[in-house]
Amino acid sequence: MEKTLKKVDIIFEINKSCSPIAVLDRTLQRPADEIVLDLIDSGLKGRGGAGFPTGLKWKFTRNETSDVKYVICNADEGEPGTFKDREILDRVPEKIFVGMTICAYVIGAREGYIYMRGEYNFLLKSLQKKLDDFNAMLTKKEIDFQIYFNSGSGAYVCGEESALFESMEGKRGEPRNKPPYPTVAGYNNKPTVINNVETLVYTTMICHMGPARFKALGTTDSRGSKVFSVSGDTPIPGIYELELGMPLQDFVDEFGDGDAKAIQVGGASGHCVPRKKFNDTIIGFEGIPTGGSMMIFNSSRSMYNVLHDYLEFFTEESCGQCTPCRVGCQQLLKGIEAVKKGDKPPTYLDDLKKLTGTMKIAAKCGLGQSVGNPFNSIVDNFREEIIY
Amino acid sequence: MSKYQVNLKINNMPIAVEEGTTILEAARKLNFRIPTLCHHPDLSVAGNCRVCVVEVKGAKLLAASCATPVSEGMEVLTNSEKVRIARKHIVELLLSEHNADCTKCFKNGHCELQDISSEYRIGEHVFLDLVKPESKIQDISSPAIIKDDSKCIRCQRCVRTCEEIQGVGALGVINKGDQQRISTFLNKPLNEVVCTNCGQCINRCPTGALTERNYIEEVWNAIYDPTKFVVVQTAPATRIALGEDLNIEPGARVTGKMVAALKKLGFNKVLDTDFAADLTIMEEGTELLTRLKKALVDKDETVKLPMMTSCSPGWIKFQEHMFSDMLENLSTCKSPQQMFGAVAKTYYADKINIKAQDMIVVSIMPCTAKKFECERPEMRDSGYQDVDYVLTTRELAMMIKQAGIDFNKLEEEHYDSILGESTGAAVIFGATGGVMEAALRTAYEIVTGREVPFTNLNIQPVRGMEGVKEATIKIKNVKPEWAFLEGVDLNVAIAHGLGNARFLMDKVNRGETNYHFIEIMGCPGGCLGGGGQPIPTSPEIRQKRADAIYSEDEHMEIRKSHENPEITEIYKQFLGQPLSHKSHELLHTHYKPRNRY
Repeated sequence: MEKTLKKVDIIFEINKSCSPIAVLDRTLQRPADEIVLDLIDSGLKGRGGAGFPTGLKWKFTRNETSDVKYVICNADEGEPGTFKDREILDRVPEKIFVGMTICAYVIGAREGYIYMRGEYNFLLKSLQKKLDDFNAMLTKKEIDFQIYFNSGSGAYVCGEESALFESMEGKRGEPRNKPPYPTVAGYNNKPTVINNVETLVYTTMICHMGPARFKALGTTDSRGSKVFSVSGDTPIPGIYELELGMPLQDFVDEFGDGDAKAIQVGGASGHCVPRKKFNDTIIGFEGIPTGGSMMIFNSSRSMYNVLHDYLEFFTEESCGQCTPCRVGCQQLLKGIEAVKKGDKPPTYLDDLKKLTGTMKIAAKCGLGQSVGNPFNSIVDNFREEIIY
Repeated sequence: MSKYQVNLKINNMPIAVEEGTTILEAARKLNFRIPTLCHHPDLSVAGNCRVCVVEVKGAKLLAASCATPVSEGMEVLTNSEKVRIARKHIVELLLSEHNADCTKCFKNGHCELQDISSEYRIGEHVFLDLVKPESKIQDISSPAIIKDDSKCIRCQRCVRTCEEIQGVGALGVINKGDQQRISTFLNKPLNEVVCTNCGQCINRCPTGALTERNYIEEVWNAIYDPTKFVVVQTAPATRIALGEDLNIEPGARVTGKMVAALKKLGFNKVLDTDFAADLTIMEEGTELLTRLKKALVDKDETVKLPMMTSCSPGWIKFQEHMFSDMLENLSTCKSPQQMFGAVAKTYYADKINIKAQDMIVVSIMPCTAKKFECERPEMRDSGYQDVDYVLTTRELAMMIKQAGIDFNKLEEEHYDSILGESTGAAVIFGATGGVMEAALRTAYEIVTGREVPFTNLNIQPVRGMEGVKEATIKIKNVKPEWAFLEGVDLNVAIAHGLGNARFLMDKVNRGETNYHFIEIMGCPGGCLGGGGQPIPTSPEIRQKRADAIYSEDEHMEIRKSHENPEITEIYKQFLGQPLSHKSHELLHTHYKPRNRY
């Protein structure tokens, strides 16, 4: 079924008749297996970008035998162009806390952590108060679970879940080898559910409204809705919750300034879609997935500069441990500079594209693996802007 | 719990291995060689260089074979098109960041990156040169280790070595992205941080980023200088490892050939650190007995027990940094190398009628910390620097090659005399537990008048590669003058590798132990695994070297230090007796606390 752009209000919805705490109380009365089945049924996939089915993640962790398990909320929102988690943290933190508590109930965890990027520390003052109240409420209700804040220090790579664990453990934020995956050995090498901020809120809301209402939104591969961070050349930048599965053209019609020539879908590590492909591009897991970032560029923008900025970002933010990412990013950056200056022929771009092929399959984590997304989509669609 | 067998195919060949086996290990069982750089048998798995990537059918990503466990039904390709392209790219990327001045590099011919790039015939590679000019400024602050960031491939083997094996943490990763590199606390030069100069990082560096400071030219100059009388001493562990750098399998005893080669190189006298090891036993054994007497009979509370050995300069510097409150427990004995130097430039110089200022003492050591030790201000008791130059086993192999000597064809020769006679007790100084065993062989006999109660003098409880060893020797039927030791259980402990040393020292510090005597060696396996030994190293290679050392001991005519006739002679003619005034002047010293960073 063809979808069109549709604004939705689930994440930020304030329902006076049904508070998050009421959702929690109700949900904790239900058998854990049933909650997992609901989540699987809802089709909810992780909203951080990678899109792993949330219900399965909880199920795998629930099935692990361990005295200690953890729930972690990944609030290290570092993808350039993404700022939705900040809004969620600021406006509906209780829904996050409730999602974490339900998860803890399902998997059997007694501790939860919100790993928040250092740049969001200004939110802490008000958040800590709300969290303290929430924890006190849990204690009062004799629910054996407490949530703590953990602050990042500004490294993009620490949004990668295993680097995040390393960082939480007080080590250098470097991604680990996988397997083992977090469901088996995450924080402190214990079974861990790590979910994005938005994902946790959706779990709360699915528990509230049931999987059917959620599933009714979106497409077969991309159930539900998603919060988008809209930025760039738009008269109305901001946060919007939209149904998944819309054609990009609808999005551009709604948010563009009438002169959009390219949309960077999914932030710096995402894909660049040129104007001529707006109509054929679906926003969702069957098309181009996104962690939420939608950057609009109009015809006044140099796509060379856009790509150059992204590559500078990755060159700096690679953790530096693995060869394909550390050196590959530098080669891509210096490579387009050399082509621009005429030190390398335009065909050098094809050598670099092959290099991104290696980075995609040989880099240790998602960071290095995805640098080829912006590189190839910008080089392929705007080759002349890179060369001349 | 027995482990499951996992069935998989590698390059279409079926194999069953225990669960938990990595793809790399499984491939090796089938004799498929997969190149590696960041992987090392002594270290945890990093999986960061990515040259070992392989294709797993059905997987979107290539798998780092060193870090990926096998799974049931897995089909692995180690040389598919995807793998080859990726691997070549990765080597090209590493080279683009690498200062490839191979012909000028100390590691030329011994470089794992060079090996891989020549295998893949990477000539004029496509990528841009990324070597930062500032990275070419070497850290030459240390007398033992040279660090050259422009050669570094960030495999972190050095970092893991320093942390996991040595528990020192002098090297760490700093910065991220293109700025990421290996550095020290606050970027300080190596000689200002906790680096113990042990050289274990050098043993595991795949490139020329970490090398010993070499003194080959200085030593050639001394040899060619007609006004200098150049004597050379060889440490116990060199004679069982030198062959490895000269096309001989690990575990071969090449003592006689090494002596012959040294004579051919032009040293005026070829002498043996083993002589000084025997001397150390006389001094240290007596020191232990004296401390025991003061503690047990005189109830002198200022006497510190347990006493700890002081042969390993890496361990000494480690203690100065980390356990400086226990420096009084350290034996005041200098190391055998330094005892040798002090005696060579006094007693020996007099005997052979050479002025000390005309004598150059060169050491062949399995050790890089010895380069630091010989320059310590405490080591000038002859009135001159007691030992002038220290060469590693590797440097000696280079000199032998430079001189065009066909090492394998050399006729075995004997050490010169004097300071060339030694015992089996001295040679086992090269293995962990050896100093302890040698000391016990002598001390037990001094006290009881009988040999140690172990078959063939082999004190098995103190041998072996366990990180920390403990043993208790019951002292019975003592001579009248040692009556206070009658029935005493002598408790000893042995640690090798500074990580194990730290573990043991923490236990001692917490008061959980009742040891009288502790042997600590800075390197894994003791000196045989020293930072100056041939590369590569692995648990298997170190075991072969240990076997060779104990075999050398068994083949010695004299196996107890106090029976070395040259030792008897030096006490008679020069030192008087152990711990005499003269001994204290030349053979003993004290160390000082250092910063903890």
